[in-house]
Amino acid sequence: MAKSETGVFSAGRAEIAERTLRTDKWWLQPLTIFSVLVAFIIYATFRAFENAHYYASPLISPFYSPCLGKCVPGSSLLGSPFLNFHIFGFATFSPALFILIFPLGFRMTCYYYRKSYYRSFWMSPPACAVAEPHSKYTGETRAPLILQNSHRYFFYIGLIFNVLLTIDAILAFRNGDGQWGHMSIGTVVLLANATFLWLYSASCHTCRHTIGGRLRNFSAHPIRYKAWTIVSALNHKHQNFAWISLLGVAFADFYVRLVSMHPGLNHYFF
Amino acid sequence: MARTLKLRIWRGNAESGALQDVTVNANDGEVVLDVIHRVQAEQMNDLAVRWNCKAGKCGSCSMEINGKPRLACMTQVGSFEPEETITVTPLRAFPVIKDLVTDVSFNYKKAMEVPAFEPPVGMKPGEPRMQQIDVERSQEFRKCIECFLCQDTCHVIRDHEENKKSFAGPRFFIRIAELDMHPLDILRNRKKTAQEEHGLGMCNITKCCTEVCPEHIRITDNAIIPMKERVVDEKYDPLRWLGSVIRKREGIL
Repeated sequence: MAKSETGVFSAGRAEIAERTLRTDKWWLQPLTIFSVLVAFIIYATFRAFENAHYYASPLISPFYSPCLGKCVPGSSLLGSPFLNFHIFGFATFSPALFILIFPLGFRMTCYYYRKSYYRSFWMSPPACAVAEPHSKYTGETRAPLILQNSHRYFFYIGLIFNVLLTIDAILAFRNGDGQWGHMSIGTVVLLANATFLWLYSASCHTCRHTIGGRLRNFSAHPIRYKAWTIVSALNHKHQNFAWISLLGVAFADFYVRLVSMHPGLNHYFF
Repeated sequence: MARTLKLRIWRGNAESGALQDVTVNANDGEVVLDVIHRVQAEQMNDLAVRWNCKAGKCGSCSMEINGKPRLACMTQVGSFEPEETITVTPLRAFPVIKDLVTDVSFNYKKAMEVPAFEPPVGMKPGEPRMQQIDVERSQEFRKCIECFLCQDTCHVIRDHEENKKSFAGPRFFIRIAELDMHPLDILRNRKKTAQEEHGLGMCNITKCCTEVCPEHIRITDNAIIPMKERVVDEKYDPLRWLGSVIRKREGIL
């Protein structure tokens, strides 16, 4: 027996050879999450570097909004401050690379995603009561994981992105020539995407804390207490919103890409 | 209707031990603790098992059933497949004393390290008046029955014995949160000590404590993450720090 080892094999604990005695399919959830996240990472990386098919007037992919670099004409909501940006003479940057760090940072530091990738990627632990493979563990007490404490700043920046993507959805009530009063499948896709992102942000643990969680006396702050109860209710579903919004962003991008390659696909209701 | 149940029960002490197979009759509606008692009465008279209320309220019969930390008195025999062998072991995060009984004194030591509620100076018993909305968060944590299943499943100490000296565990994070959220508690350094002395930063919020809690306390969402956010207010957020300096007030209202 591995009596000298740590963890469940430590001296003095019940002498059991197995790392876990669970009989259910405990590996299924981390494996599924691993697979979905890897698929998303591959797709998002491909799209971020593709630097094409991100705009099909009036629709813009959420991966490229706001477009701040060298953008397709008409796609830039806030101008192009990084138009001439270059590093070591290399100037052809995909506009997505200027902005994706912020939504990526928001999700990477999200309390729900932390649980997901600590379990499914780092196996710390792979599942409850399943011994992890690491010999040492320091949690989020030192670099780089102590940077998880920056979550609130990514949350604040994420709100700006939500506003911009909502504007993109509103701008989608136009036709390809820029005339207002039209609505297409793309409008619905961008509206749904913005809605899911707002729900994801509003249900965030940091949002819950900021809105009222840090208070000690709720009775002295009735409006913030009411807001806190609403955010708390949403917070119950944070995991669901995290997945729906992630898949929503990917689908919105995929749809814009399709429409940019096949403009006839975007059916207009009116 | 009675059924025959196949059990594997861990028997041994701190030096050695092994799983032993046993077959026992079980009746409809019985729980795992019932059949363990039947095994004890009929086949293994010296089987050690800790129990008390048999109602899921004392937290004594914590053990691992098919590898999952659970209360034996709240685990229905009927929830297992007829041919399934039920494996019963002691809690694997703590030293074993005998058979299914472990030494959970680690938790009592950690409990003593958390300073008790400290009321405002001069406040006499019977004087405090609080509104329900001000205490409801803390009341959720008072449901804890101290079964220590959350402590047992927490990988920070379950998988790393060396962390026990610097990590209090989820049961005591809800205790700290309960007090830090209490409107009348005047001890203002709970956030700092939670991070620096009780090891809050070691928690990577993988939520196993919440999953196993028999009282369904939302340990991670309602205690640990809010405490982590309060620690960020005090230690890692430069804007909050600046605000507290300028406005000359404590960060938490």
